[in-house]
Amino acid sequence: MSVLVVAEHDNQTLKPSSLNAIQAATQLAGPVHLLLVGSGLAAMAASAASILGVDKILVADSPIYLHQLAEDVASLVVSLASGYKYLLAPATSHGKNVLPRAAALLDVQPISDVIAIESADTFKRLIYAGSLVATVRSADAIKVLTVRTTAFDLAPASGGNASVEALSAGTASGLSSFVSEVLAANDRPELTAARVVVSGGRGLQNGENFSLLYTLADKLGAAVGASRAAVDAGFVPNDMQVGQTGKIVAPDLYIAVGISGAVQHLAGMKDSKVIVAINKDPDAPIFQVADYGLVADLFEVIPALTQAL
Amino acid sequence: MKILVPIKRVVDYNVKVRPNAAGTEADIAAAKMAMNPFCEIAVEEAVRLVERGLATEVVVVSVGSSKAQEQLRAAMALGADRGILVETDAQLEPLAVAKLLRALVDKEQPQLVILGKQSIDGDNNQTGQMLAALMGWPQGTFASAVTVDSGQVAVTREIDGGLQTLALNLPAVVTTDLRLNEPRYASLPNIMKAKKKPLDIIPVADLGVDITPRVSTLSVALPPERAGGVKVASVAELVDKLKNHAKVIP
Repeated sequence: MSVLVVAEHDNQTLKPSSLNAIQAATQLAGPVHLLLVGSGLAAMAASAASILGVDKILVADSPIYLHQLAEDVASLVVSLASGYKYLLAPATSHGKNVLPRAAALLDVQPISDVIAIESADTFKRLIYAGSLVATVRSADAIKVLTVRTTAFDLAPASGGNASVEALSAGTASGLSSFVSEVLAANDRPELTAARVVVSGGRGLQNGENFSLLYTLADKLGAAVGASRAAVDAGFVPNDMQVGQTGKIVAPDLYIAVGISGAVQHLAGMKDSKVIVAINKDPDAPIFQVADYGLVADLFEVIPALTQAL
Repeated sequence: MKILVPIKRVVDYNVKVRPNAAGTEADIAAAKMAMNPFCEIAVEEAVRLVERGLATEVVVVSVGSSKAQEQLRAAMALGADRGILVETDAQLEPLAVAKLLRALVDKEQPQLVILGKQSIDGDNNQTGQMLAALMGWPQGTFASAVTVDSGQVAVTREIDGGLQTLALNLPAVVTTDLRLNEPRYASLPNIMKAKKKPLDIIPVADLGVDITPRVSTLSVALPPERAGGVKVASVAELVDKLKNHAKVIP
């Protein structure tokens, strides 16, 4: 019995979140197989074969999988499931889209956003915006798990020697079709994979003022995030949101600027190694989790900080 | 076109939840309850589709205790036409809820089911995807825009790194993300009107669905507390701390 990891990728490169999921998979018993579903995957499959901990790469390479539509990816996963004891994916927007669908077709109750593997059937996950840790046990024959990427290290990208097996494609469901995609184009690192994250909140007052954070971020090689308040106010797009309903990050350094620190935001960043809070309200709850707090006007401090680095 | 909107009664998002004394579950007996915020967005979107002439009826449904009637009334005050409570005192898992919803969809025959992407108690983010799977319908998860046109629904989805638009054949399931809309406040006349709208109560056993839990919760605990640190007085001191003490910047 083995573990199947559904990879996250853009047909060209494997996302780091896949390596976190593979690392989680190696904590479970049995060989680890990595499933690549997409179109034009030969190069990626070849490089994925050297990831440490992967025994076999399964490649479903077909134009019908170009956009990795949930209906088609889930039915492919279901067709493979009988050979596995565990199905895993990173708890990203793709994993959360596809895996519950596959689980329902298998009559399995999936477990979302696992932060620790306790035993073969017991897992830890957070509930109530990270306010509580629940330890849960699954009685299903196949365990379907999405794993929180910040809770597991990256599997080493080299040192392995997996075999590569081509799968024949299923048929497209025809239920949905791809129309368009707008991906944020910038040279900054991806939020969930960045070593340093600079995030802004309502204190920034408007979207234009986020340019202060972009300048600081570029000096630090950082990604830029935002609180839900800043997203709700329309300052920045939702894919920058850090928190319970946005992205979960755990960088080496997290700089929270003009963020009060609602529990929903803390849920997305409190596992960061070092937290800096800059806020003019000395009573802001963010200071309770910050390693270094600076009570000051961000419009004076951020340019000065950018200058000082 | 009829739209079915499943909603959930949850602990109000301002409540700081703690474990019970036995450490077996969240202590929410005395907590303030409310409609799950993502469900409110789902109700609002369905009502707007009716207002734009793209749908004709909005049916809200909740699976839960008899107290969930409060949230169904709140949804009707926002503009839903009628409500259904599938009554149970058991804590149901998303798979069981999805199966119960399938039974209701078979009965009600909506063309569109709109529901929140996740509830803020369990944070599972599963029910919509599972209902779509059980129905054999397409799914448009994490929607930030929804347009209905000639037998299809176009859904713009919030994905990691940007936005993706899909066209789904109807019938379909859509789950809502934050930016889809800003729910209205119910007016007093609409709150009064909602009290007179039809609300059916169906005992969970009547739907003939196996709701036996698959996952058991062994314990619930507070996560390790993060200790607060120090206040620094200036940018210079901050930079010194980051470079020489925390060593997180070169």
